[in-house]
Amino acid sequence: MKAAVVVFPGSNCDRDCKVALERSTAAQVSMVWHQETALPDGLDLIVLPGGFAYGDYLRCGAMAALSPVMSEVAAAAGRGVAVAGICNGFQILCEAGMLPGALLRNAALKYVCKPVDLDVVNSQTRFTAAFGARREATMTVGNGEGNFFADEETLDRLDGEGQVVFRYKHNPNGSSRSIAGIVNPAGNVLGLMPHPDRAFEADLGLADGALLFQSVMASA
Amino acid sequence: MTDPSTAGADAALASGLAAEEYTLIVRRLNREPNAVELGVFSAMWSEHCSYKSSRRHLARLPTTGARVIQGPGENAGVVDIGDGQAVVFKMESHNHPSFIEPYQGAATGVGGIMRDVFTMGARPIALVDALRFGDPAHPRTRRLVAGVVSGIGGYGNCVGVPTVAGETNFHHGYDGNILVNAMCVGLADSDKIFYSAAPAAGLSVVYFGSKTGRDGIHGATMASAEFDTDSDAKRPTVQVGDPFAEKLLIEATLELMASGAVAAIQDMGAAGLTSSCVEMAGKGDVGVELDLDLVPQREEGMTAYEMMLSESQERMLAILKPGREEDGRQIFDKWGLDAAVIGRTTDTGRIVLRHHGEVVCDLPLAPLTEDAPRYDRPWVEPPHQPHLDPGKLPGPSDWEGAVMIVMTCPDIASKRWIWEQYDRHVMADTLEDSSTGADAAVVRVHGSAKALAMTSDCTPRYVAANPYEGGKQAVAEAWRNLTAVGALPIAITDNLNFGNPERPEIMGQIVRAIDGMAEACRALDFPVVSGNVSLYNETDGVAIPPTPTVGGVGLIDDYTRRADFASVKAGETLLLLGVSRGELGSSLYLRECLGREDGAPPPVDLAVERRNGDFVRALIRAGEIRAVHDLSDGGLIVAAAEMALASNVGVDLDATSALHAHAFLFGEDQARYLVATYRPERLIALAHEAAVPVALVGVAGGDAFASGPLFSIPLERLREAYEGWMPAYMDTPA
Repeated sequence: MKAAVVVFPGSNCDRDCKVALERSTAAQVSMVWHQETALPDGLDLIVLPGGFAYGDYLRCGAMAALSPVMSEVAAAAGRGVAVAGICNGFQILCEAGMLPGALLRNAALKYVCKPVDLDVVNSQTRFTAAFGARREATMTVGNGEGNFFADEETLDRLDGEGQVVFRYKHNPNGSSRSIAGIVNPAGNVLGLMPHPDRAFEADLGLADGALLFQSVMASA
Repeated sequence: MTDPSTAGADAALASGLAAEEYTLIVRRLNREPNAVELGVFSAMWSEHCSYKSSRRHLARLPTTGARVIQGPGENAGVVDIGDGQAVVFKMESHNHPSFIEPYQGAATGVGGIMRDVFTMGARPIALVDALRFGDPAHPRTRRLVAGVVSGIGGYGNCVGVPTVAGETNFHHGYDGNILVNAMCVGLADSDKIFYSAAPAAGLSVVYFGSKTGRDGIHGATMASAEFDTDSDAKRPTVQVGDPFAEKLLIEATLELMASGAVAAIQDMGAAGLTSSCVEMAGKGDVGVELDLDLVPQREEGMTAYEMMLSESQERMLAILKPGREEDGRQIFDKWGLDAAVIGRTTDTGRIVLRHHGEVVCDLPLAPLTEDAPRYDRPWVEPPHQPHLDPGKLPGPSDWEGAVMIVMTCPDIASKRWIWEQYDRHVMADTLEDSSTGADAAVVRVHGSAKALAMTSDCTPRYVAANPYEGGKQAVAEAWRNLTAVGALPIAITDNLNFGNPERPEIMGQIVRAIDGMAEACRALDFPVVSGNVSLYNETDGVAIPPTPTVGGVGLIDDYTRRADFASVKAGETLLLLGVSRGELGSSLYLRECLGREDGAPPPVDLAVERRNGDFVRALIRAGEIRAVHDLSDGGLIVAAAEMALASNVGVDLDATSALHAHAFLFGEDQARYLVATYRPERLIALAHEAAVPVALVGVAGGDAFASGPLFSIPLERLREAYEGWMPAYMDTPA
């Protein structure tokens, strides 16, 4: 099983994602610089990590979405490779048009860092299968622009097609319909604001994130 | 012959130098300095860069120890933590800029202290912030709090270094001068520490990072002067931070170091290019020549003076090993950083600057650094407050009201509003932080069983009442907080914030606080490895309360053997270790409930401190106890209430045998710890063996915070009030 973590200038959870994957699965993880024009062969998972790519200047994720590596990421996703965008990675996926909607400034206009209780809305995805009968998870968020927004039609479609994967029990940032994570129609591209990469082992106080990584690597 | 005290003396005074300092410059040079040279002198001789008022007193602080690799004098202190690793840390103030422009002032404070740490070869792994604001009722306070917190978060969150601990006080003594003290802790291999001294002549001097602009010119000088009512006019001297550039700078710097190209390195902080090149050449006993035309510039038409004194952020100066310029260029290109070879080291012992082909500065280095003026400023012994007899101080008529007043006063009430704006989890090694209920933050040493504990502490009201005892207490409390999580305290950084040292009563506070700190550091084997002095924290002649902030770092060998105060279980007994005499002088109870700020602070017996602390740490490491809280502000009441809230379990304190219940419950006697256990008899026996005084003071259970017949407050009501103060305050329209 092979995974790659893309490193943009300003990514700051790249190492966290690598470590989380290595400790919770048997994956071999390589780091890919954003200016690469080819991805390693045989990838089962590509992670776009959290952070502040390009300082979130202009608009969070906007410049990173235009990085050379992103066309390769989109092509891999088209071939069915799993892609997970966490926090800033979610923002980048939206900006790249690989997921619908946008992440706006938090409703309270402040950065918020805290543990959040989540409903696992769809445990039939490649990213959540290991949750099994569990319908709840706890991870932490850390974002200033985690307020998911999409028009009503899109939200209805996300709900109707089972594309909403995680929902906040107590909405920390004003997200539409308390959405914390979604997948694309094919189910192989996930964007989520909470950090499984900060909740992958008991020593950290939270371990539910490990199930996400285990799910996707088991599906490989 | 020109009268040396007149020709350039006006310009010297305008740049913050004293008339006699200008005379001294002329005598050293045997001529008058030109404008650029005067600028270089004024920056290097500013209080901020030269420590001219504090240096002789700082020399009394112990700075060595078996673990100390590098003490004060470099960008940050370096302490051995075993296994070939070292912790690198320092605390620094950004008080003056944060008052003028809170967001940028605080943000660049965080950026500056991180640069000090990664300049030494360490990856920053944690940030700690000690904040002091004015009276909440002061019209400016709310805006300052919002701006400072947002600035700290905006910078640290973006760079991706967790902000894990801190302290926040409010007092009218800071109405005109807030304090923003930021500490950064980093991790390095102990054989890969980088220093600033230029090792030889003939090497390339490389500038990299952001371009130089006109921001922050004379910032160091501004930070070395008092405020008056026109201080808003100083806003242009505040720098603007770019955390994205800092993140790139960290990665590029660490990569450059790993490539083996770096001979010496220094960040450009206070006094910018002037300070960095003078210090690098001065420490290496070489000279330096720079061509300022080569400096990457953000604006057109910058003068040599502006370039040398700019405090534009996110800039580094490195001296490369011979022939390694190309390695540097590749790394800077990868990270998209501006970079240029702007000069060379020489063997002249001089700093020579060229601009547009002309020599615009040619000074010997020695007078700028080692020969900088040092003052033995006159000081007077601070007046001592009398000891207060607790029996003569009234207890509360309304106990429940008194508990609620103390638990919701601005110094004690929850600071969730602040720390929820800080990323505390990035890097995925945070075990304890501001949110978890522990006396110190605990961060894993990545990939090992070890962890570092960190805290910042000072009780300014004690220091104001007795600078010597207050200085001791600040060090002892940091030591105690580290001990209370099970860490071995290994070293401190200090951030000495005071008023105008030219006033003998302020100088007396400085001298005696340092004496107290030095004694505590010696007694507790807790050397000072780095620090910063911030003087002239005055407005219109009114000084801040003396605030020598201590940033402490401790080492945990096995992070599974640690303690917090959030793990008390119903049915456990609460034991109090240490002696309770009921010290109420300068206590929170006195201030909040009786409206008095007088009386001698609780004395610190350092031998007792050490004995009690060593006992507690041994219990934690042996797995005997898991729930521990030190006693500090507000005494037993506050410690027990915080334990109850964090553990979500009721507590009933037994004060029935105390002579004066209010002194027992609110007294702030030092060297005390509250611990929870299912086996009180065993712990009492162990305490007796170790000659540590112990008393059974309560039980955990139920859903109320109570003390027998005195009061009983439902935990949820206490929580609502404790959590409620700050959000309500911040949401109130100014």
